[in-house]
This record gives sequence, structure tokens and C-alpha cells, in this order.
Amino acid sequence: MTTVTGRQQAAGPAPADEERPKTPLQRLLGAQAVQILGVLLILVILFSIAEPDAFLSVNNIRNIVVNVSILAIIGVAMTFVIVTGGIDLSVGSVLVFSGVVAAKTMEKLGGEGVGVAVIGALVACGAGILWGLFNGVLIAKAKVPPLIVTLGALGMALGGAQIITGGIDVRGAPTVLTDNIGFGRLFGQIPYLSLIALVVVVLGAVLLHRTRFGRYTYAVGSNDEAARRAGVRVDRHLILIYTLAGFCAGLAGILNLAFFASTTIAGQSNTALNVIAGVVIGGTSLFGGIGTIAGTVVGLFIPAVLQNGFVIMGVQPFWQQVVVGAFLIAAVYVDQVRRASAARGASSRRPLSSRFSRPAGARRKETQ
Amino acid sequence: MTPALEARGLRREFGHVRALDGADFDVDPGEVVALIGDNGAGKSTLVKALSGSLAVDSGELLSDGKPVTIDTPTAARALGIETVYQDLALAPHLDPVQNMYLGREVMKAGLMGRLGFMDHAEMKEHTRTAFTDLGATVRDFAAPVGSMSGGQRQQIAVARAAAWASRVIFLDEPTAALGVVQTRNVLDLIRRVRDRGIAVVFISHSMPHVIEVADRIQVLRLGRRVATYDAKKTSMEELVGAMTGAISQEAA
Repeated sequence: MTTVTGRQQAAGPAPADEERPKTPLQRLLGAQAVQILGVLLILVILFSIAEPDAFLSVNNIRNIVVNVSILAIIGVAMTFVIVTGGIDLSVGSVLVFSGVVAAKTMEKLGGEGVGVAVIGALVACGAGILWGLFNGVLIAKAKVPPLIVTLGALGMALGGAQIITGGIDVRGAPTVLTDNIGFGRLFGQIPYLSLIALVVVVLGAVLLHRTRFGRYTYAVGSNDEAARRAGVRVDRHLILIYTLAGFCAGLAGILNLAFFASTTIAGQSNTALNVIAGVVIGGTSLFGGIGTIAGTVVGLFIPAVLQNGFVIMGVQPFWQQVVVGAFLIAAVYVDQVRRASAARGASSRRPLSSRFSRPAGARRKETQ
Repeated sequence: MTPALEARGLRREFGHVRALDGADFDVDPGEVVALIGDNGAGKSTLVKALSGSLAVDSGELLSDGKPVTIDTPTAARALGIETVYQDLALAPHLDPVQNMYLGREVMKAGLMGRLGFMDHAEMKEHTRTAFTDLGATVRDFAAPVGSMSGGQRQQIAVARAAAWASRVIFLDEPTAALGVVQTRNVLDLIRRVRDRGIAVVFISHSMPHVIEVADRIQVLRLGRRVATYDAKKTSMEELVGAMTGAISQEAA
């Protein structure tokens, strides 16, 4: 049958056995996330050969993991956002805003103690949630494209943080926060910061891949009109997703404060783009409907490992940006090729490629 | 007999285009009604209005003789109305089972279910049964629907609607992308669904299929119903005449 041969061509090196449905594990193995894991392993091996002592030391690996931790928390939420076919550019600014509001609150409350730290954390998460709600409502209800809404929120949150602080970083955080969350380690080895990130990653993965909420996230990104007709409350779902992104940015804000003991107002201008790059390198499609949390984690490790490796090898760290940029383009190229061959494999009445050659914003308009 | 679904005087304009211009429609339980008309006659608009995908400007809807409002797909589904849209309304990245149960996932029992975890085994089993009933050629239940052929996708959409419909099922061009065998299966399925006492509304450009499977044929022209025929007593010529405006049965 023509359809069968077409599909096997599309599947490429891993021909699908039609009679036997693939297990979740097999599906995972076919994913871009796993191929990119191979790339990461190659990088690690190369750097290990080049600088075995420095690169493979426990301290260095811990360093890399810590560097990825805060980005990973935002990356989890960004994966949800991008799977819906959206984007959130505001996460870096929301991180700063949440950190600033939390720092100011904790300062007012006396600046020390567990209670103050807990209130600070709640304030940071709350501020993030409010920004997420703001984004979500405008995107889902007012139908303003996510790119524009979150670009606006990027400016507003950063500006807001600067208004509150007069543009000068708030320095210092409760010692319980910096000593335990910022630099504390479980058994003297595992940073609490990374443990928190791990919990968020695991919860995010379960939510996206195993629950109905996750299923709807893919459905909305895949075909929002079909989801709507199937009775999925698409608007409400989008609002929840952007609120989740805000919450994660807020959580990242308090962790960032704990780690740097500063609100790093000027230091987060590239955070959103770095996270988006990691998510996309990890195989999540900017056009929605495809993506995994595991891929995002791997995708975030690649820039971190490159940067670290280059520094150790004495290569100018600026090269990291060049290489990551190339990775990003390559990842999207692979994604496109895969889609094109998938669309050719199916004798489609409405070719999929026609949907993917346009930006997500245009698609949104088209379906109305 | 009280119609399972009846529409009176539906109007809907898109800018200057009058897609529905006082359209009437009715279908009885256990009956197959074919809805035919030239391109732009308002068939798809009518189906969208009756299945809650499109708001009408004015007009009444009655389900089993009682006035109802069908303003959302959820409202239509609550009344037991299912639709196979022309664009199929499938999520291409989801697999057949996920599409089949989209919006009606079976949750696990107890706490896990309340936390949002789904009963995959149950859903897969029922999907398999529904596909077997249809004689569907979909075998890989884990592959994304977007990677499948147009025919397979159509089967999935039809199987989904047939499995969930309890009062009325709309099929907008259900055989357009199907091969001979699958078309036969869909036509058989239409009869089987009708024999369950469900009202079937069938839109098609294929006059032989229409005459073969329908009990009554309603003709739309320029946004209104212009004629209703008993499928046993009509001819291709008569239908084409009504579609093109050469014959008019109902007064304007």
C-alpha cells in the first residue's frame, strides 16, 4: 500500500512497525530530544578528553548543573508555552520584577529570618503569577499575539522593577535564603537550588506527559480549533499556561535572589532568549504540538556545557554564543526537514507543510 | 414523529454574504437525511450552526420539539449531537486514541484521576472497538494522526463521531477522501448508526451515494431549503434541478 511505504520513508532510520503500536519509550527514543542528548554526550566526551581533570571534576559538574538550574525552572514552563504554539519573552523581566518585589518586601519586614524568607518567596511567586495572568488574559481573551503581549510585558515588568528600585539593584537577602537555598547542599554535595529545579522538572514532565492538562496543551498547540470543537476550554487553558510561566519566573526570581544576593536587574536581558533557545534545541517545535520536558533540560545543558568547556580549554567564551546560535538554527532545520517528510508521507488533503511555513501568529488569525 | 432536531428560519451573514437566509431543516430519529446543494449554498454553514460551531443571527432550534440553544460545541454534545467536519477537526500531533477521546478523557479511578491522570488502557480498548466497528484500516494507535493518510484520518473522525453520538450525527463530506472499500464502510456505518435510532445528516456531492443511503433529501440553495424529496421517489435530474434553481418546491 502506498500509504505504508510513504510512512516508512517518513520515519526514516526508524521504520515504524504498523502492527505493533510503539511504547512510550520507543516514541521517546525517536524524538529529537534523544538525538540531542547524543550531541550533548559527544560534547561532554570531547571536553573530557581535552581537559579530563578540570572538566570532569565534581566541582565543575556541579557548577554546570547549578548554572542550568534556574534556567531549567523557566524552561519547564516555556516548554508548555511553546507546545501551545505560543512564546513568552517576558520571563526574564518577570524574574527581575518578582525578585525586586520580594527583596523590597523582605527588607521592609526586617530582612532576616525564616518567616521573612517564606513571605519573600510567596511574594515573588505571587508577582510572577500576576504577570502570567496579565499575559494569558490578553493572549487568550483579547487575542493579541503572544509575541507582542509578552514583548510588552517584558518592557513593563523591567520598567516596573526599575521604578521600584530607582534602577539600583537591591542587594542582600535573608541569610537563611542565601546560605541554604543559594549555596546550601544536601549531604554537602547536591545543591538545594538544583534539587528544587529537579522537583520542578519532574513535576512539569508528569504534568505535560501524563495528565489531561498536558494532553490539552498538545491539543491546543496542534489544532486549537479542533480542541475547541472537542469541548476543550482553550482560552482558559492558555491563561493557565501563561500563569504557570509567570509562576515559574517568579520562583526563579526568588532563587536568583538567593543565589546572587542581588536582584540582577541588568543581568536578565537575555534570559528569555536563552531559555527559548534551549527549549527549541531540545526538540520543541515553535509551531506547537511537539515538545518534551526532557528535551528542554538537555537543550539547556548544551549551552552551559559549551560555555564551561570553552572557558576551561581557554577558548574565548564568546565562541559559545556563536556555537549555540548554530545549534539553534540546526535544531530548527532538522525539525523542518522532519515535518516536510512527514507531510510528504501522508497523502494529505490539507498539507501540513502549509501550516508550518507560516508563523504561529498567522495561524491563530487564520483559524478564526 | 417529532424531529430529533429541527431548525426554523436560521439567518447568518458574513459581511455582505448571506450564508443562511432563513434556512429550515429537520431530521427524525432513525432517519438518514442528505443535505445537498451547490457550492456556497450554505450546507457547511448550516451544519456549523446546528453543531454549535457558529452563532446564528436569528432563528430557532428545537431538539425533540423543545426549544434549545446550541451556541457552543459543548452544548451540542450535551444534546447528543456529534459532527464530522469537512476539515475533520483532528489534532495532527495527537494519536488516534488521543483524538478519539479529546475533551472526554477517561480518568483513572480515585485520587489519581482527580489529579488529572488518565486511564489509557480503557481508552485504547474502546478506540480499537470503535475502529473495528467501522472496518477502519488504522493500525498504529500511537502514531500521530498527521502522519496518516487522508483516508485514515477521515476514518478516525467518523469513528469518533459515531462512537459518541446519541441523538444526531452530522457528516460533512464524510467520503471525500476515501477509497472504494472505506466509502462502503462509511455508508454501512451510516445505516448502522441510523438503526440505533440516531438521526444521521449526511452532506455529499456524490448523488449516487446520496440516493443510495438517504431516506430523505433536503436541497439547499442560496442559504435556504428549497426542496425536500423522498429518496426512493426522486431522481438525479430532479435533485440537480432543485440545486440549480430550475425546480422550486418551497415558497420563499
